[in-house]
Amino acid sequence: MLSYILRRVAIAIPTLLLLIIISFLLMHAAPGGPFTSERPLPPAVLANIEAKYGLNNPIYVQIINYIGGIITEFDFGPSFKYKDRSVNDIIAHGFPVTLTYGFLSFAVAVIVGGALGIAAALKQNSWLDYFAVGVSIGAQVLPNFVMAPILVLVFTLWLGWLPGGGWNDGQWNHLILPVIALSTSYMASVARLTRSSMLEVLHTNFIRTAMAKGLPYKVIIFKHALKPTLLPVMSYLGPAFVSMITGSVIIDMYFSTGGIGQFYVNSALNRDYAVMMGITILIGGLTILFNLIVDILYAWVDPKIRY
Amino acid sequence: MMVDVQKMEQLADNLAVQEEVQGRSLFADARRRFLKNKAAVVSLIILCAVLLFSIFGHMITAWSNEEIDWGILGQIAELGAPSIENGHYFGTDQLGRDLFARVVQGTQVSLMVGIVGALIAVVVGTLYGAIAGYTGGKVDNVMMRIVDILQSIPYMFVLILLLVVFGRSIFMLFVGIGLISWLDMSRIARGQTLTLKNKEFVEAAVATGVKPITIILRHIVPNLLGVVVVYSTLLVPQMILTESFISFLGLGVQEPNTSWGAMIAEGAGAMQYGTLWQLAFPMFFFIITLFSFFFIGDGLRDALDPKDR
Repeated sequence: MLSYILRRVAIAIPTLLLLIIISFLLMHAAPGGPFTSERPLPPAVLANIEAKYGLNNPIYVQIINYIGGIITEFDFGPSFKYKDRSVNDIIAHGFPVTLTYGFLSFAVAVIVGGALGIAAALKQNSWLDYFAVGVSIGAQVLPNFVMAPILVLVFTLWLGWLPGGGWNDGQWNHLILPVIALSTSYMASVARLTRSSMLEVLHTNFIRTAMAKGLPYKVIIFKHALKPTLLPVMSYLGPAFVSMITGSVIIDMYFSTGGIGQFYVNSALNRDYAVMMGITILIGGLTILFNLIVDILYAWVDPKIRY
Repeated sequence: MMVDVQKMEQLADNLAVQEEVQGRSLFADARRRFLKNKAAVVSLIILCAVLLFSIFGHMITAWSNEEIDWGILGQIAELGAPSIENGHYFGTDQLGRDLFARVVQGTQVSLMVGIVGALIAVVVGTLYGAIAGYTGGKVDNVMMRIVDILQSIPYMFVLILLLVVFGRSIFMLFVGIGLISWLDMSRIARGQTLTLKNKEFVEAAVATGVKPITIILRHIVPNLLGVVVVYSTLLVPQMILTESFISFLGLGVQEPNTSWGAMIAEGAGAMQYGTLWQLAFPMFFFIITLFSFFFIGDGLRDALDPKDR
C-alpha cells in the first residue's frame, strides 16, 4: 500500500512540473513580451523592467526561479496588466468564491445523483427509474453553458424568483442557479453510473445469498450492496472534479460571480500571461492532488485491487 | 422415429445442387441490429438532415451571414423576429444579420471541428495505442506513462493558453483539440491490441517474416475498427462540446466566423431584450445534434459488440 502511494506520488510530481514547464514555454513563445505596447519604451527602460522581472535571464533560469517561487513562497509572481496586485492577490480574491459553489455543486452532484441512481435501481422499471434514465440522457446534452442561459431565462427573466448573477457575499439565493447549472450534467452521470452499478451488484451471488438467508432488505442494501456499488462511481469522481473546475469558468463568466474563472477569461482576452499561468498551475495542481487522493482511496477501499 | 423420406430427399437434392445457405457477415449482422434500434435510426436521419442543412442551407436564404439588414436595425426585438415574409426564417441577431445564414455557418464550423477533431484522435490514438500495445515491454510502459501524465493535465486551460498565445483561429483550434483528444483513444486501442497480438493470424504473420509495422497496419488496425468506430461517434460530440465551451467564452472562433457555442453566448447575452430566437435556434441545433450522436454511438456499440446483447 505504502509503495503504491509512493509510486503514485512519484508520477504526480513530474506531471505538475511538466504542466508548469509547458505553460511557461507557451507563454515564452508568445509573440510580443508583456511590456510591448503601442508606444515602444526606450530600450534602456525596457532593459530595466526586464531585469526587474528577471526576464533577461536565460529561460531555464527563469523556469527554475518561477518554480522555486511557487514551492518556497507560494508566489506566482506579479500580474503584467494590473500593476497594483500580484497573481496571488487575484487568486486569494477569486478562489474562495469558486471553491464555495464548486464544492456545493460537487456535493449536490454526488449526493443527489447517487441517491437518484440507487433509488432507480431498487425500483427498476418504475416511473422513478424512467425519470432517472430520462434525466441522465437529457442532461448529457445540457452542458453548463446551455443550462445557465436556460435557468436564467426561466427563473430570472420569466419568473423573477432568483437573481441572474452577482455574488453578494455568497448569499444563498445567488448560489442556487450557479450550483444547478454546474452540477446538472455531473449529477446525471453519477446517477447513471450508480444505477447500472447497483443493478449489477444486485444480481451477484452474495446478494442472492443474503436475500435467501432472510436478512432485512435495508441491511442488504446499505451494508452489503452499497460499497461495491460506489466503487465505479468513485473512479468517476476524479474526472468529474476536473471538468467541474473547468466548467466553473463558464459559471464565473456567465453569472459574474467574481471567481477565478472570470479573471482567467479576462486575462486570456488581455493577454495577461502571468495570471493565466498562475490559475492554470493552481488548477492543475488541484486536479493532480484530487486524482491522487481518489486513486489512493480507491486502492484502500477496494480489497480486490492490489498494486 | 419416423424419417420424413420426402424431406430427406429434398435435402439431399439441395445438397446435390449445392444450394448455399447465405451466410451473414459480421457487418451485415451489425447493420441488421443497428436498423432495429429505432432511436439510433431516427438519430441518423436527424443527423443527415443537419448535415444537409449545413451544406445546402445557404442556398435557401437570400441573405448572407455578413449582410446587415439596415431596415430593421435598432428594432430587432419588434421587427427581427423569425418570419417568412422578409426572408429571415430564423429572425436576425442584434446586429441585423440573418440568423438562418449564421446558424448554417455555425453548424458548418461546429460539425467540422467535431469531425476533424475526432479524425485526428482516431488516427493518432489508434496508431499510438496499437504501436504501444504491439511492441510491449519498456516501450509500452514509457508510452503509456506519457499518456497518463498528459491525461492528468487540465487540458481546457492548456488549450485556452495555446489559443491565446498563438492567436485564435480555427486552425489553432484543430491543433489544440487534436493534441489532447487522442489520449483516450490510444488507451482503448492498446487494450484491444494486447488481446489481438497473441492470436494465430498475428503469429502466422510473424512466422512468415512480416515487418512489425506492416503487421500493425495490416493485421492489428483493421481488427480495431469496430471499437474505433463506436468510440469516434462518441468522440465527435465531445469535440463539439469542447469547441462550444471555448467559443462560448469568446476565446474560440472569431467573427465573422461563428459556431454554436459563440451563437449560444450571443443569444444568452441578448435574451433580456426579448430576442429569444437568437438563443433558441442555435441551441436547438446543438442539442439535437448531440442527442443524435449519442444515440448513434449507443446503437453502434450495441450493434458491433455482440457479447453485450
